[in-house]
Amino acid sequence: MNLQTIDMAHVSLRELNTTLQKPEDASNATNWEVINSKGSHAIAVGLDAPIDVTIKGSTGYYCAGMNKQATIRVKGSAGPGVAENMMSGTVIIDGDASQYAGATGHGGLLVIKGNASSRCGISMKGIDIVVHGNIGHMSAFMAQSGNLVVLGDAGDALGDSLYEARLFVRGKVKSLGADCVEKEMRPEHIAILEDLLARSGADAKPEEFKRYGSARQLYNFHIDNASNY
Amino acid sequence: MDDFSTKAPPPTTPRKSWTFSDDVNSDIRRAAATGIYDIRGGGAKRRVPHFDDLLFLGASISRYPLEGYREKCDTRVTLGTRFAKKPIELDIPITIAGMSFGALSGPAKEALGRGATAAGTSTTTGDGGMTEEERGHSKKLVYQYLPSRYGMNPDDLRRCDAIEIVVGQGAKPGGGGMLLGQKISDRVAEMRNLPKGIDQRSACRHPDWTGPDDLEIKILELREITNWEKPIYIKIGGARPYFDTTLAIKAGADVIVLDGMQGGTAATQDVFIENVGQPTLACIRPAVQALQDMGMHRQVQLVISGGIRTGADVAKALALGADAVSIGTAALIALGDNDPRWEAEYNSLGTTAGAYDDWHEGHDPAGITTQNPELAARLDPIAAGRRLSNYLKVMTLEAQTIARACGKNHLHNLEPEDLCALTIEAAAMAGVPLAGTDWVPGAKGF
Repeated sequence: MNLQTIDMAHVSLRELNTTLQKPEDASNATNWEVINSKGSHAIAVGLDAPIDVTIKGSTGYYCAGMNKQATIRVKGSAGPGVAENMMSGTVIIDGDASQYAGATGHGGLLVIKGNASSRCGISMKGIDIVVHGNIGHMSAFMAQSGNLVVLGDAGDALGDSLYEARLFVRGKVKSLGADCVEKEMRPEHIAILEDLLARSGADAKPEEFKRYGSARQLYNFHIDNASNY
Repeated sequence: MDDFSTKAPPPTTPRKSWTFSDDVNSDIRRAAATGIYDIRGGGAKRRVPHFDDLLFLGASISRYPLEGYREKCDTRVTLGTRFAKKPIELDIPITIAGMSFGALSGPAKEALGRGATAAGTSTTTGDGGMTEEERGHSKKLVYQYLPSRYGMNPDDLRRCDAIEIVVGQGAKPGGGGMLLGQKISDRVAEMRNLPKGIDQRSACRHPDWTGPDDLEIKILELREITNWEKPIYIKIGGARPYFDTTLAIKAGADVIVLDGMQGGTAATQDVFIENVGQPTLACIRPAVQALQDMGMHRQVQLVISGGIRTGADVAKALALGADAVSIGTAALIALGDNDPRWEAEYNSLGTTAGAYDDWHEGHDPAGITTQNPELAARLDPIAAGRRLSNYLKVMTLEAQTIARACGKNHLHNLEPEDLCALTIEAAAMAGVPLAGTDWVPGAKGF
């Protein structure tokens, strides 16, 4: 449980990731903190151990990319592609997140306590994403599976061309993308929301949300739908 | 004296339009009947300047040859020497291009792995992730990193031998893909996290980067995840080879894979395949020029694909400056694709052996481009792998034969000076003299 500190003022990115990818080689600690991150790219990528990493500061591109098992906390904002292709574990951003947050993620939970920019959850494949603030345009584009929960508003073309992902938005949706429609909120969806809201520390009630999903009209190409693309 | 006014005029030969040929007219009728464009597999079928338009000069008084079967002509190539801790070392400079499980059957992927491994070269995954058949039978496996990220995961990234970031492919530079629902079996659907039976769109752009500056950071991330061990390839379609090669080098590529318009695809619109991109021959010299201008020729390796069929094609691509080539369509033919033994079945599908290109429909009589278990079972992966291995070895022998005749003790020692061109177009594209002249059309200073 003892805390290990890695100071990026003195430790290179390569050394940082080598240590966090095989933490058992350096220490038996399960809690790590990274200081002086200074917006560096690719911090804490490819982790595969049940450790808790806190980054004290903002991060550049692809922080926590392809994460497995680890809990990674960013005490600042995150650049583009945070937690991209995450497989499992938890990533929590205290501030805002730039474009493509959680892109193509297969599993795990991504929590963004601020706002997320455009294309949040693009092509998501099973990840759960909870954004306490607003999300930008083209979010959940071609989203395949998983849940995207937004406590604030969503920008243009939400869920464009999505597949089986579930989208829950509490605020306004500026516009829905192609083949994305509002759907009935059934008890099983309320249960999913309750769980995700609780796990992400969000102060909201499931009943305040609307659910959006695929109309499944574009699943097989048909010429009569060409104008929808 | 003949009275022409009372006789029927002599008949003229019915003349069909070159512009409105039978092929064109059949396309118009098909479009009118269906309301949708034609989708097919394969690469450009139109005649374009190609390696056939080049000839080797061979040795003469000013050059002496090497003795065939006696004097060594090396074929080995190492890919990924720029940054990767573990470059890929291949016995021959002919690799197997990326083709997806989904587009191809499991036995076909296994056969590719078996054949490539027996010949001492690498094979490549495709859109849809890495299969056990392919990993298990491929000593050297390149793992494609595609916009769709179907099946992408860090474990497979770490167990591959190289990573190929696919920006484009020659059959459709700027285009994505579509795997039609009939090929989406339970296994394919599971690997791609999508429902069975739906059309699976493969995006044309990566979801989390745009442009060369982002790509540089993406490469950094992939290297950090894989301990800087894996060579990073960047695959580009033959669109703007000089600038794309320059930007790929700048972004940090170890290897550039450049695919001309004859390069195949599993499924794309025919109009796209035939009208977008440049012929392979036209792409090589601009890419090599970019490498030279950046001081990176032979440090960043260049792999050329799109219409490579023979050892002569291999030798010509290498003479123009490539480090290796890659084959896809030719490899499928070696496995058994479009074999005349299935002619009756091709006829029942409305086509003929050699012309079958509806790979996306999944009815391949040869059992290669299908997910139908009964059809897939027709391909014996061991025998098919042996055919591929044989073919790769023949191509290598052919290339060596030519290289020795040019006095080269390594295929990489072939050079443009060993070549001449049969047509002005090929001379201009390849940057070699028109046969019988010292004229290189388009060369500076002309």
